[in-house]
Amino acid sequence: MPMITLSDIPARGGSPFTPAMGVFLLALSTAPFSLPAVGLYQYLGIEVAIWLIVALGFNLLFGYIGLHSFGHGAYLGIGAYAFGLFQQEIAVSLWGGLLAAISAATIAGGIVAAFISHRRGIYYALMTIAFGQIFWFCAIKLHGVTGGEDGLLGIPRPDFVLGPIRFSLADNTSLYWFSAVLLALVAIGLWRLVNAPFGRVLQAIRQNETRARFVGYDVWRIKWLTFTLSAAFAGLAGGLFSMAQESAYPDVMSLHQSGLIVMMILVGGGLVSFWGPVLGVILYFVARDVIGGITETWLLWFGLMFVIMVMSRPEGIAGLIHVARTRLGHAPAGRSAPKPTEV
Amino acid sequence: MALFEAQNLRKRFGARVVLENISLSIEDGTVHGIMGPNGAGKTTCFHVLTGHHAPDAGRITFAGRDITGKKPHQIARMGISRSFQIMNLFDDTVVIENVILALPEFRSSGLNPIRDVFGNTALIDRALAVLDQVGLAHRAWEKAAALPYGERRALEIAVALAPEPRIVFLDEPTSGLGTDATRALADLIRDLRNRYTICLIEHDMRFLFDLADRISVIHWGQVIDENTPANLRANKWVARSALGEVA
Repeated sequence: MPMITLSDIPARGGSPFTPAMGVFLLALSTAPFSLPAVGLYQYLGIEVAIWLIVALGFNLLFGYIGLHSFGHGAYLGIGAYAFGLFQQEIAVSLWGGLLAAISAATIAGGIVAAFISHRRGIYYALMTIAFGQIFWFCAIKLHGVTGGEDGLLGIPRPDFVLGPIRFSLADNTSLYWFSAVLLALVAIGLWRLVNAPFGRVLQAIRQNETRARFVGYDVWRIKWLTFTLSAAFAGLAGGLFSMAQESAYPDVMSLHQSGLIVMMILVGGGLVSFWGPVLGVILYFVARDVIGGITETWLLWFGLMFVIMVMSRPEGIAGLIHVARTRLGHAPAGRSAPKPTEV
Repeated sequence: MALFEAQNLRKRFGARVVLENISLSIEDGTVHGIMGPNGAGKTTCFHVLTGHHAPDAGRITFAGRDITGKKPHQIARMGISRSFQIMNLFDDTVVIENVILALPEFRSSGLNPIRDVFGNTALIDRALAVLDQVGLAHRAWEKAAALPYGERRALEIAVALAPEPRIVFLDEPTSGLGTDATRALADLIRDLRNRYTICLIEHDMRFLFDLADRISVIHWGQVIDENTPANLRANKWVARSALGEVA
């Protein structure tokens, strides 16, 4: 069977509230109860929510437009540092900190994207690694700003304040709810974006950049915009990471972390489905906490699973599900836009 | 006044001069052919004319506007379309989406994150009408990669026609086609010539001499003659060359 791609998944118009979105939102809203019920802990929900924001935003770049960045941990880290510095140097403010995190990552992403958007393939990937390493190196060496290898410690968790509503995010349950709401907004927004013309244009560029250029698309600008957007989402996640960890440190920006993001997306099936990154992130954390509870070598087993998945079904878990649904007659294959009779 | 004009174009890659003082003039509503042996610089000439490469010297004008050095997407938006010698399609998507992506009304909403274009029946009807021009409407919902070679060539032309261009550049449209498919393509171009100005590179001399109103002969990166097919047969170089024998 030929490898399927995101373009095999039909474009959907109208409301983002599909059955899959319903399941996702239900899982998010029940996690504080279901996690302890299965012997897991509340903080895991926060971690998953943060990494889901990174992964969903990153898949815009990796899965949809097909640009392979291996340095996206840098923008997560920049967001984390920006949030921490805002709290420590300017004011203890949730919205100010998150705005700083998003802005810093967006600016850094925009600058990097301006240098690399005329490339694709191996050169693009290598340049994202190079820029990621530059940011990581700066985080280690700029002691006066970033705290060097120790990072920024004791970053406060500011209260949630919105008009008359005010509550503390000091405990993990309330921070989970805050992160989950942000994640839900990100998921709905991104879902709409990739199912709108913008998403189809991204996929067209992934398939044939030259053809896209010659039918009138400013490919450089769209590649720049996509990279910058994905960096912005990583920045938002970085701000939440800083709150969750109450610290920001260079390890977040390492090549290892950037590789993990790619691995999560590939295993989950981000090349095939919007929901692929969600499956990949959940699988990673389940492997870490469940297999990790059994053996210290959990990452070895996760790595082996990654190798087997790439060799046997490179479309990942979402690809497996799609193929199964197609065989059962539940999913249309090889059709992207609705036929007139279906509109 | 010519619709499309190139004056004294030069292009070199490193020490190698590929185009030397190329000048072309394409009148509105005509079919203009470009012929020449392999390596003469025909495709590079197309790349320069359509913005894929910027010329080192010279000037290109389209409908009176200077388009020299403009980028491909800017040139495409002005009403200049092209096909490629090596097939360039959105292979993972269905045939109709290849055309929809090239429609100006879709392109203008391409960065709109909200608008639901795939729910727009007018857009789909418009794409089907374009496919109908090249005889591919019945294949609209099949994957582009699954089409036979000749139909993929036709889809290339449909994608080039979808933006409603004023001029279409076709780079060796018969390349790889059998006799029947070539004949069908000739009929298609004959039909299109009433609506578009066409410039085509072609190795099939019968095809080219049969369709073109004027032909430019390129050799060693220079235009060595430009004339009507009838007059061109009298050109000594063309007559001596294998190209002329076939014609």
